[in-house]
Amino acid sequence: MNATSALLATNRERWTATLELATREVFQLMLATELTAPEGEASVSQEVTSMVGMAGQLCGVMSIRCDGKAAALMTSKMLGVELDKVSTEIADALGEICNMVAGNFKNKITGLGEGCMLSPPTVITGSDYQTYSLADKPALEVSLLFENMPMTVSLEVHS
Amino acid sequence: MNSLRALIVDDSSVMRKIVERSLRQAGLELAQVLEAGNGAEALAVLQGSAVDLILCDINMPVMDGLEFIKQLSGVENAKGVPVIMITTEGSEAHVVQALSCGARGYIRKPFTPDQVKAQVIPALAAKA
Repeated sequence: MNATSALLATNRERWTATLELATREVFQLMLATELTAPEGEASVSQEVTSMVGMAGQLCGVMSIRCDGKAAALMTSKMLGVELDKVSTEIADALGEICNMVAGNFKNKITGLGEGCMLSPPTVITGSDYQTYSLADKPALEVSLLFENMPMTVSLEVHS
Repeated sequence: MNSLRALIVDDSSVMRKIVERSLRQAGLELAQVLEAGNGAEALAVLQGSAVDLILCDINMPVMDGLEFIKQLSGVENAKGVPVIMITTEGSEAHVVQALSCGARGYIRKPFTPDQVKAQVIPALAAKA
């Protein structure tokens, strides 16, 4: 078992809670929005997927998925502009949100702040795609509601 | 405090707008806001414009924030201008590295306008 796998194996529950906290903080501070927990299982459209790679002491991919309406509203709230004024900024905004969640998450895990680098964000729009991951463990996953619209934050950890 | 000319350096245009809004929400009066998408663009902006304050990301393409600060010493329009880093890289090592390169303050994303104010006001006061 390598260092990353060992870290995940012993910290899965705590890291999932930390991932949720890191996400909630970003939405509170940058979008002035309180995320809520869904009642039961919420189906998430993956019309917009934002991803940030992590490398170093922890290797993996952080991603946030939501539908297009939620992505546009996130952008609107982040910029402080009306929803109908949002257009080309959606990818930039969603990339920054994922980047901040990844940074906030790693800064909360002792030792990861210095030992883990973040890639520039990548944002995929459209839902007709498949991802193939080299992760050998189930992803850490947190489902939340943004203004009653489902979103999923996940961290796939690679060995 | 007099109206400020600020330079905001970040590869995200959304983040540049948020930083500008945070400065205004923090009560700072901005006479002019200049923007750059990386350190090299920021150096080019400073060739033609003087500013009172620079807010800069660290992780950027072409030229990152730390290299930008190192090169500021040779720029006439940047002499004595406080640089505040705003970044997701929040470890103590990153803070120490930024401060040793010449940054006057360090703000971790996500941030509040109050956190921006707490870093910017003392930096501007020290300059004055």
